[in-house]
Amino acid sequence: MPSIAKPLARHPALKQNELGLTIRDYEGSMSTLCAGCGHDSITAAIVRALWEISMQPHMLAKMSGIGCSSKTPAYFVNGAHGFNSAHGRMPAITTGAAAANRELTYIGVSGDGDSLSIGIGHMCHAIRRNVRMVYIIENNGVYGLTKGQFSASADVGSKSKRGEPNQFAPIDPVMLALSIGATFVARSFSGDKEQLVPILKAAFRHRGMALIDVISPCVTFNDHTGSTKSYLYTRKHAVSATDADLVPPASEIVANISAQDVTAVTLHDGSILRFRSVPEGYDPTDRVKVTSYLQQRQQKGEIITGLLFVNEHVPDMHEMNNTSDTPLARMPYEKLCPGSAALEQLQEEFR
Amino acid sequence: MHEQLRPGVNDFAIKLANVNGTGSASANGLIMQAIFRMGIPVSGKNLFPSNIQGLPTWYEIRVNRSGYTARSLDYDLMVAMNAQTYRQDIREVRQGGYVLYDSSWPLDRNLYRDDVNFLPIPLAQMMNEKFADARQRILLKNIAYAGALVALLDIDLPIVEELLAETFAGKAALRESNRQALHMGRDYAREHFSCPLDFHLAKMNANDGKILIDGNTATALGCLYAGASFAAWYPITPATSVMDAFRGFCEKYRKDPETGRNNFLILQAEDELAAIGMVIGACWNGARAFTSTSGPGISLMNELIGLAYYSEIPAVIIDVQRVGPSTGMPTRTQQGDLLECAYASHGDTRHILLFPANPAECFDFAVQSFDLAERFQTPVMMLSDLDIGMNDWVVPRLKWDDSYRPDRGRVLSAEDLKDIPKFHRYSDEDQYYVPPRTLPGVDPKGAYVTRGSGHNKFGGYTETPSEYQEVVDRLAHKQKAAAELAPRPEIQNGAGSKYGVITIGSCDIAVREAVELLAGRDIPLDYLRIRGFPFHRSVEEFLYAHEVTFIVEQNRDAQLRSLLTLETCVPKERLRSVLAYGGFPLSARNVVEGIVNHLEAGHAVHR
Repeated sequence: MPSIAKPLARHPALKQNELGLTIRDYEGSMSTLCAGCGHDSITAAIVRALWEISMQPHMLAKMSGIGCSSKTPAYFVNGAHGFNSAHGRMPAITTGAAAANRELTYIGVSGDGDSLSIGIGHMCHAIRRNVRMVYIIENNGVYGLTKGQFSASADVGSKSKRGEPNQFAPIDPVMLALSIGATFVARSFSGDKEQLVPILKAAFRHRGMALIDVISPCVTFNDHTGSTKSYLYTRKHAVSATDADLVPPASEIVANISAQDVTAVTLHDGSILRFRSVPEGYDPTDRVKVTSYLQQRQQKGEIITGLLFVNEHVPDMHEMNNTSDTPLARMPYEKLCPGSAALEQLQEEFR
Repeated sequence: MHEQLRPGVNDFAIKLANVNGTGSASANGLIMQAIFRMGIPVSGKNLFPSNIQGLPTWYEIRVNRSGYTARSLDYDLMVAMNAQTYRQDIREVRQGGYVLYDSSWPLDRNLYRDDVNFLPIPLAQMMNEKFADARQRILLKNIAYAGALVALLDIDLPIVEELLAETFAGKAALRESNRQALHMGRDYAREHFSCPLDFHLAKMNANDGKILIDGNTATALGCLYAGASFAAWYPITPATSVMDAFRGFCEKYRKDPETGRNNFLILQAEDELAAIGMVIGACWNGARAFTSTSGPGISLMNELIGLAYYSEIPAVIIDVQRVGPSTGMPTRTQQGDLLECAYASHGDTRHILLFPANPAECFDFAVQSFDLAERFQTPVMMLSDLDIGMNDWVVPRLKWDDSYRPDRGRVLSAEDLKDIPKFHRYSDEDQYYVPPRTLPGVDPKGAYVTRGSGHNKFGGYTETPSEYQEVVDRLAHKQKAAAELAPRPEIQNGAGSKYGVITIGSCDIAVREAVELLAGRDIPLDYLRIRGFPFHRSVEEFLYAHEVTFIVEQNRDAQLRSLLTLETCVPKERLRSVLAYGGFPLSARNVVEGIVNHLEAGHAVHR
């Protein structure tokens, strides 16, 4: 999304989705990020994916912490509530929000500082709880708002703008998530909308938490020679391992899934996640195989992208807790208060 | 009824010294509960270590027919069951008092005192002869000394047996062995000592309409009845039992009868930062939610308390205070979080606080905390403490008014939104300076971005001084307005004295007793107990109405006095501190001595 105000006029030929909304209805306020920022491309992909899946704007909740990435929820879906909270705390706040209302769709937009340093604990535990949400890490290896410090995802040897190499081993959110039971793990590149949009669409249909690590170059502080999170480096080293597509439930295309499809995963809502291609011997539902494949390829310096792992058999937070279908936030008070007679009876125990 | 009783009857204190992890708590609770069922005012204070097994632990029982059951420092009888602490325990008994000890092993001659009476009972030996199982011998030794106390203090035997029957319902063998141990202790005492002692018990009917309950259980009940449907917490002493009790009540009362599903969700968070974050997320989304914690948790929650304050999101925090700073003494009581909570978080913040004095108020104030949080769209903290939270108190039965409906504050529905041209989150405030809010998932017209960063009255991001100030100035007005609806102080102005006393929370019962004792010494005092913050204007009026006011609280730095000097215009020198902060519950003697010292030093009047 460019940093210029767009005219309000809408082209009459703009395509409408199932709700009769055009893609413009999923836009937000004007971005204040630097021109060329990878994050704006991700915002555009989110807008496209939400429009394509016909999300009702007010049934979406946009959650974020603090940082450049966390500003972006203001730049999409004006008709949705947003919560630009505190640094690193987005996963915890979203967990509580999701606990209170299981009918909303949650998207959390975070960054590598937000999620891999100050909020890494909250991210890990939200993954363990399998909170139903789409969790995007806009990963640029650098603290942008505070002007260029290394983040925890910076590779060893990657150089800062001033030429200093990073010495500390990076935290890879994909490997981390796989190791603690994440049920949907993907990696993409902000410059690859063709790949990112289908991944996002699948993520919104996933039964639990869908974690998407998106390499998103910082044009101002980390797009130079020597950086391993630059546009150039990423384009050179990114290898799209899987090619996945989402087939919504009751779609006619279902019948078209051919035997040649490497694998198809039925999502909880009946949609089908169709992998058109995966590497030989790769099974996106086998955690051990996926982990080992990623380790082998990453050792060779490749940035493996695509929808890497999915498991639809793990209950989400509400299922694990046997919570009522009626959102707790809308539970009538009469169902919550046991009343005076019960209190009288209970107090017989306090004698 | 008690006028007919002789001195010493229903007016004494006993202390039981044990080793933790040996099962003494149930025996001590049994004695306390039996006295309660005899209709006599009683309290039990558990003074326990932060440890699972092997360290000294004490239990104090005070019986007082007039209802003054604050901690006593005068022990008429010591049940000395811990050889490690014999020296200290025997020293603490009043002149002419009694020491009951296990004479299976001889008592060191050096420990004897001429001015107390020793009651030797070979408890371990008796248990070893009777029972085969090693663990059972240890546990039943406690029941055996309880049996001895039945004889020595004239505790009603049928009541004790009834309690054992209730405890071991369905476990006949255990019940029988407990009954045998009880009788062995009782019989031994009756054969070897003159029973009952000169101080002992006689049935009363002071406990009609009363219950025996700890503050954490009552707090959990308040949260249940207030309609809290979500809770998040991180384990911490002494607040853990709040959530344990809440979960227990939810399992009992919140399972949907038709679907069997849970009309509640409780999450054990990864830390207190997450716990308060989850609560804020749930409240933002329209649920009633709370967390329970203690001082160290409040320290961690400071960041997000500020977020909720500034972005105006309700949240309820139960703070069961313990001894700080740092880890401090986790199993000891204090009122050390007053300043931390009043102004929690960076920047200009100020919070609504409620201070219950006993479990009955924990129940009422927990409910009120939710109403205030939603009415004022701000975090509300209820400050209990370990003494209230973890000890059993005799309080009036809890009452519930079925016509109660939660005050959800100003929340716009889809219909409300239809009637307004445009929704702005921080505009259109009411008489309490509270603007309406909208909930996600209701209507796109109500959508906005909640943010902890600078915002203007429309909810938009701002860095403009006047826009920023406009919002934070309204927040200041809102906090002031809350003083009208927060629990007002309890005032007893009858003494017409130039001296006043102000106290807070669990100090109440000891200070009331002290006021009566001082009245007997011709030192009349007017009384005020703070129950809410920001302070109601009657607090400042009380301070101005008295030449000198003594401020009684349980912390080193006179935090309540600091708050009073910050929040009122009363000259600081008119406020005199009486402090107790060693970690054990306050006793009237602490208060009397503190006030008398001030008066004798002359500071109270002349400086």
